[in-house]
Amino acid sequence: MPKVTIDGKTVNVPEGITVLDAAKRLHISIPTLCHHPKLTPFGGCRLCLIEIKGIPRPVTSCTTPVSEGMEVTTTSPNLESLRKTVLELILSDHPNDCMVCERAGDCTLQELAYFYGIRENRFEGERRIYTKRDGNPFIERDMEKCILCGRCVKVCDEVEGVGAIDFAYRGFKSKICPPYEKDLDCEFCGQCIAVCPTGALTGKSWKQKGRQKEVREVDTTCGYCGCGCNLTLHVHGNEVIRVDSKADTINEGWLCVKGRFGYNFISSHDRLKKPLIRITLKTRDASRVTRNEVFREASWDEALDYIAERLKSIRDKHGPDSFAGLSSARATNEENYLFQKFVRAVIGTNNIDHCARY
Amino acid sequence: MEQSEENKKKVVVRVCIGTGGLAAGGKEVIEAFKKAITDFCVDIELDFTCHYQKVGCRGFCARDVLVDVVDGDTSVTYQGIKPDIAKRIVEEHLIKGEPVKEWLIDASYYAFHAKQLKILLKDCGTIDPEDIQAYINVGGYSGIKKIVSAMTPEDVINEIKASAIRGRGGAGFPTGVKWEACRKAPGDVRYIVCNADEGDPGAFMDRSIIEGNPHSVVEGLMIAAYAIGASLGYVYIRAEYPAAVDRLKLAIAQAHELGYLGNNLFGSGFHFDVRIKLGAGAFVCGEETALIASIEGERGMPRAKPPFPVHKGLWGKPTVINNVETLSNIPYIIRNGAAWYSAIGTGKSKGTKVFALTGKVKNTGLIEVPMGIRLGEIIYDIGGGIIGNKQFKAVQTGGPSGGCIPAELLDTPVDFESLGRVGSIIGSGGMVVLDETDCMVNIAKFFLEFTQAESCGKCVPCRIGTKRLLEILDRITRGLGKEGDIELLETLCADVKAASLCGLGQTAPNPILSTLKYFRGEYEAHIREKKCPAKVCKDLLTYSIIEEVCTGCGACRRACPAGAIAGDKKKPHRIDPEKCIKCGACFDVCKFASVSRE
Repeated sequence: MPKVTIDGKTVNVPEGITVLDAAKRLHISIPTLCHHPKLTPFGGCRLCLIEIKGIPRPVTSCTTPVSEGMEVTTTSPNLESLRKTVLELILSDHPNDCMVCERAGDCTLQELAYFYGIRENRFEGERRIYTKRDGNPFIERDMEKCILCGRCVKVCDEVEGVGAIDFAYRGFKSKICPPYEKDLDCEFCGQCIAVCPTGALTGKSWKQKGRQKEVREVDTTCGYCGCGCNLTLHVHGNEVIRVDSKADTINEGWLCVKGRFGYNFISSHDRLKKPLIRITLKTRDASRVTRNEVFREASWDEALDYIAERLKSIRDKHGPDSFAGLSSARATNEENYLFQKFVRAVIGTNNIDHCARY
Repeated sequence: MEQSEENKKKVVVRVCIGTGGLAAGGKEVIEAFKKAITDFCVDIELDFTCHYQKVGCRGFCARDVLVDVVDGDTSVTYQGIKPDIAKRIVEEHLIKGEPVKEWLIDASYYAFHAKQLKILLKDCGTIDPEDIQAYINVGGYSGIKKIVSAMTPEDVINEIKASAIRGRGGAGFPTGVKWEACRKAPGDVRYIVCNADEGDPGAFMDRSIIEGNPHSVVEGLMIAAYAIGASLGYVYIRAEYPAAVDRLKLAIAQAHELGYLGNNLFGSGFHFDVRIKLGAGAFVCGEETALIASIEGERGMPRAKPPFPVHKGLWGKPTVINNVETLSNIPYIIRNGAAWYSAIGTGKSKGTKVFALTGKVKNTGLIEVPMGIRLGEIIYDIGGGIIGNKQFKAVQTGGPSGGCIPAELLDTPVDFESLGRVGSIIGSGGMVVLDETDCMVNIAKFFLEFTQAESCGKCVPCRIGTKRLLEILDRITRGLGKEGDIELLETLCADVKAASLCGLGQTAPNPILSTLKYFRGEYEAHIREKKCPAKVCKDLLTYSIIEEVCTGCGACRRACPAGAIAGDKKKPHRIDPEKCIKCGACFDVCKFASVSRE
């Protein structure tokens, strides 16, 4: 356990952790844009620069491992001036449109600009102008707001194992894009949105539905499959406008396309809210009889009784082996257990299987 | 009686086929010699047999194609040879025995070489780079044979440390110390990498060494591998160097054939092989961590240090990355001993350094000089002074990471420390000579354009900072500079240097800082008086015709692409400033100096 001193406070920390993590243990915050605790260090934004006694130039705390006896300074007039320059440079190439940005109020860059009081910018100059032409259905990519922190690239590669996007071009023209700058064509897990520190990546479906400070967060579990990922619904009024997940959950904050984007059914007009029983209406006119199948609303009791009664009559008439049960990976273990128990013990057949076997 | 072929005397025609030689027509010259000999054979019987020898860069590229005619003990050197001159040389020199005087090298050729000390370039310009035997004949591969039989890896490291050789790639880190750190790093797999991603504008040392003496690099790699305990080496070489790549591939293949590469070399139990990795032409891949990323198949973006490559490099294993010139020096150090090497040079900078001498100097080419030689000696004695006897203004050393050194500092010795003290670096060895017609703001802008375009985009100060620096320089050269721009440049330069991730960004502001240091007045003239003292920046120039001098010949009118000049024949012409695009065509074409450019 190396002993390090950060801003005069000494602490023993585990071998191999970075100065940034060591500072966190001491509740010393160091500004950063490109660092994400679950991704490998990048060291590109240069905001987390620190001074280490014995090293002539500032180094990034997110990439530097601690060593025994290290003496670290996280804030000094020189460091703060460097950070301010870096922020001014980023903002000099960033649209000044926080007023209409989806992420306003929930944007690390905005937060830092506020904290460093950047109103005037010494380095005004050319800004990257890109035409938005990404035809994918889920992810809004506003590359003018991109600060090239590389988090999206890393999460796509390191967490998803997909590698749908990467850095392209050089110098000021560097940008993050899919191969050959085609439309994004990936799994659309939206992990990139979740890690983006600015408004460069947002969900198309939550455009202008409400900003973060206006939403109520409701924690729940995803019903799409048996994984049981924890979701946090962002509720505006009585409408779910966005879905996210927290980092300290069973799924570590990561979601798939269904969990993240498949929430529109919640307030859909077509959503089933009550059981429906199918009935056949016969209408008779002069020459013939027409049969129309329609659904009528029923109560849960009525519907379940009806199912039980039909199952019983079929079993009585044709025997239990006339049934087969096919269970689903979308159900939980417990639900699958109950289902096979029902098919075996109640219906009385071993004709039970699961979609995951195929 | 016919003389049998064996009894005839041998004449050797030695032709430079380095990149300079090839570009000047080296291959065609050889063919022309062959054809001339064949043609003469039809009519007369020759009393000699002619042999052709291809050699690598001989340094004096400005005089290519250089041809040696070696007849017994006498060797005659020709310069500026074109294929059509070959026939005359064959007829007058080879057959009649009288060298063709007008194409012989002159005094400047000797002056160019007088102050040089050629170690690497000596073999480079005398042996056939495509023949391993030629290298062996001059002592090649004796270094590796010597160490595998008689020296431990530690001995080799100590020898290299004692020689005090420092990396030739730019940073000047002591090579032996680097090797030792890698050897001591825990792990059983280590790599040696040769950095041949030479990318500085105007630099071609590494290219010429590989083209002219590829086996010295291979042997250097072998010795380094033996010392650090590596059994696989990589040469990361840019694909834009096709001749170098081909010769290196050939060298590796020939070494394999002779059993100089492979398993259990020289029966010592030492295994070593070399792989070539082609770079796609990104300047930043010369930075060692970006180079590693590139070999690994990633985008060439630098990684944070520490960990340093000697601890965690290629594929996460301890790795030594040495520059071509460094590795090429190694066999000579092993052959001749550390004491021999460290006797050359000065203070903390030992040995020789190869420079690519270019720009406004009379003798351009590749030079090898002992460390400690004065800048003035390089420019005036070796370089022969400034073209057109114009006034020397500055010498830019170290490429985009370096700086400009003005006339008053020409006494500065060329070594790592001294150049550092005057605000520049040795770097990889580019040396661009500038004269009074070069605008220093424009020079700074040129290098910033380069570094900005070559920034990998990973870190903010380099990606956006160099862009903003370039924009400020651009507006100064266009007459839109404001009071305070110089101070803004200085602040931003300091911050980009301090905050950038890798050497590219950390050194990118150097061309600005050094020109500001020595030529601040030029910046001020651009900003305050809206004048470019060197008369380079187009937007700050006004062209007009001096009526008293103008003869009305109309040459300027005809040359003007914008139709901005009008006037009757034999009467003074006039330039319409509204239409003038400031191309300078009228200035260049006027025989009477009646066009004024202010």
